[in-house]
Amino acid sequence: MNSQKHAPTAPAPFKDRVWDFFASVRLSVVLLLSLAATSIIGTVIPQNANPSVYARKFGPDLYSVLDALSIFNMYQSWWFRLLLCLLVINLVVCSVRRLKATWKVIFPKKTHFNPDRFKKAPGRIEWQVSDTAAGDLKNTIEQYMQKRYSHVQTRQEDNSWWIFGEKGRWTRLGVYGVHLSVVLLVIGGLMGSLFGFEGMMNVPEGEARRTISLRHSDETRQLDFSVRCDDFTVSHYPSGRPKEYRSDIAIMEDEKVVETHRLRVNDPLRYKGINIFQSSYGQNAAEAFTIVFTDTESGMRFEKKGAIGKTVTLPAGRGKLTVEDFSGNFAFRGHNVGPAFLANLKPASGEQRPVLLPVNYPKFDRMRGGDYAISIEDVEYTYYTGLQVTRDPGVPLVYISFALMILACYITFFMFQQKIGIELDDSGNGVRVAVAGISERKRPGIKTAVRRLAAKLQKQTNQRTAG
Amino acid sequence: MPNSETLFTVVTFIYGLAFILYVAAWIFKKSLPGKTATGVLIAAAAGNAAGFVLRWAESHQMGYGYVPLSNLYESLVFFALCIAVIYLVVEYRYKVRTIGAFTSIVPFLSMAYASLPSMDSQIQPLIPALQSNWLIAHVITCFLGYAAFAIACGISIMYLIKSASASPDTGAAGRFPDAETMDELTHQMIAFGFLFLSVGIITGAIWADQAWGRYWGWDPKETWSLITWLIYATLLHARFMRGWEGRRIAYLSCLGFVAVLFTYFGVNLLPGLHSYQ
Ligand code: HEM
Repeated sequence: MNSQKHAPTAPAPFKDRVWDFFASVRLSVVLLLSLAATSIIGTVIPQNANPSVYARKFGPDLYSVLDALSIFNMYQSWWFRLLLCLLVINLVVCSVRRLKATWKVIFPKKTHFNPDRFKKAPGRIEWQVSDTAAGDLKNTIEQYMQKRYSHVQTRQEDNSWWIFGEKGRWTRLGVYGVHLSVVLLVIGGLMGSLFGFEGMMNVPEGEARRTISLRHSDETRQLDFSVRCDDFTVSHYPSGRPKEYRSDIAIMEDEKVVETHRLRVNDPLRYKGINIFQSSYGQNAAEAFTIVFTDTESGMRFEKKGAIGKTVTLPAGRGKLTVEDFSGNFAFRGHNVGPAFLANLKPASGEQRPVLLPVNYPKFDRMRGGDYAISIEDVEYTYYTGLQVTRDPGVPLVYISFALMILACYITFFMFQQKIGIELDDSGNGVRVAVAGISERKRPGIKTAVRRLAAKLQKQTNQRTAG
Repeated sequence: MPNSETLFTVVTFIYGLAFILYVAAWIFKKSLPGKTATGVLIAAAAGNAAGFVLRWAESHQMGYGYVPLSNLYESLVFFALCIAVIYLVVEYRYKVRTIGAFTSIVPFLSMAYASLPSMDSQIQPLIPALQSNWLIAHVITCFLGYAAFAIACGISIMYLIKSASASPDTGAAGRFPDAETMDELTHQMIAFGFLFLSVGIITGAIWADQAWGRYWGWDPKETWSLITWLIYATLLHARFMRGWEGRRIAYLSCLGFVAVLFTYFGVNLLPGLHSYQ
């Protein structure tokens, strides 16, 4: 029997409270700030580094706690995604509820204009047109308004004529467009991180590869096609800065070339939903080069053609030299000496020993103090091209959301609904004209709009009376 | 003919002079320094713009023409220009000069920073990743956004001074525009800045997608621009919540600008792809 008394003050049903919670702007402010605050973590702690780096930095205990919270891969963590999902739910619920409530207000069957609101509107502009009657002026202004405004109404009230017009009512949907774009963006982003991948592959000139190593993991992945690098070129500015990297690549399916492309930085190839980008390059083993033996006493030079793995005989049969390996960036006692060959020298008499032959330091081998100083010249390098390979099925959606966001932000911020009321009042030997405007949410732009309209109308009415 | 660097050094001093005149006009309530301040600021902005074009021409003379927006030095110069121009438009439309005392210091500081001897001001050809029209669009829109936020922050500080002052309608704070106008102006600037920051982030994402195959990589620069964007989105929503009136919005606007500054300068202390900007 108490229940009836309590009914009106009883808390709203659970469902409604959940609904209210998800519809509130308060929740969205909390979510937006939480996203901003948590995002900072990942900029302070570098993400996706090697676990041993973290273990050393934080110690094993703190490391395991932070690792359990996915701090080292936070942007893909469950809790960061949860925040994003909550934002999307918040947005959808809030928009649905507001649209339900405001749709009829935004698109009413009939437009109502209340003269009193225009009389009180700030920024109202008045002027006097002489030698005419309100009834005559009415038609000129009505025609003008009909061209530029919709829902134009003309009526007589308290001995004065009123002409009303309205435009830009649809712009109130702009903010829903902004919110929709955020929803599409988050969905597109999640699609990419769930169903896409990002990896690298190094393809030597003249060869084809189909295996990529995935970023931030030790895993690899096979492509359905292979990528052959036909040519790689790098050009430099006089200062030595790189100017352009370029790879001529061919896509091969079942040993057949199905597509070719000249890949540059900022000019990727997109094939079957997979994107291939020029990302880096490196020098590979040289194909052909000249081995120079310089007699340390006479200074005489002897040249031989060399190749990796090939053995050549020293002049006068003093021994044998096998060039075994090449490195694009050899580190000698901690200094990068650039491209260098590693060879094995077997003198006619004595122990065999390794020799280092840096291309840019031809006198390097003199330090060894042998009969001949060995150096390498005329190197023809081959390069390998470093390609970034990605797939992201979310991209089309993301690009749509980009376009929508820009458009809708512009509409929201710079366009607005405006209602105009023009009063024509017979006064003595002329008409007093007053123009006023009102907008939803008191947009400052309405005053400018009224000023412009008044200026145009003044011109119209003066012409009419002059003519 | 002077080279662009010398011109920028001169422009730095003109900006400094404009700032001093604006402050003098505000403190001493004189209209002559005020009018002069506007003239001097226009001169500085014109010199700034001329220097920008000159540097562009110089890069062409050196054989690798590029739009001078590719390193920290050039971005500081462009930032100063954006603020000066946007402020002048505001001054012209709202006929209020006191705001100049709080905003014209930013282009001065920006140029002064660019003129430091340690700053690398050489014209250098672009490395492959920077050769993109998306990059130009990205830098221009980001800096227009940053500039609008800088002005919003200046006005917010004025708002806070006025609302904390014991006699808000007299004295130095009394010469500020009224609270409502300042609130409205802050909102206008933030709306403008938010639109341009959004376009800036988006064009940057498209550029990254072209160059590296991913539109978003959570590198610190990208993440900080998102943080900035989220703070201003919060501010826009706070306006719709009861209880979030002028002062709190002004604090948020200042917080947002701190995030802008961190995105611009602070991030260079953290590891990442974007080496300058
Ligand atoms: C990153 C996410 C978001 C962005 C970028 C965003 C952006 C905007 C923008 C630009 C406005 C217009 C402000 C103005 O007119 O000055 C706005 C208004 C609004 N937003 Fe959001 N918003 C976001 C998330 C949300 C969420 C999660 C909610 C959920 C409640 C929400 C609710 C609202 C409401 C109620 C308005 C006022 C609409 C009106 O005037 O009728 N927003 N938002």
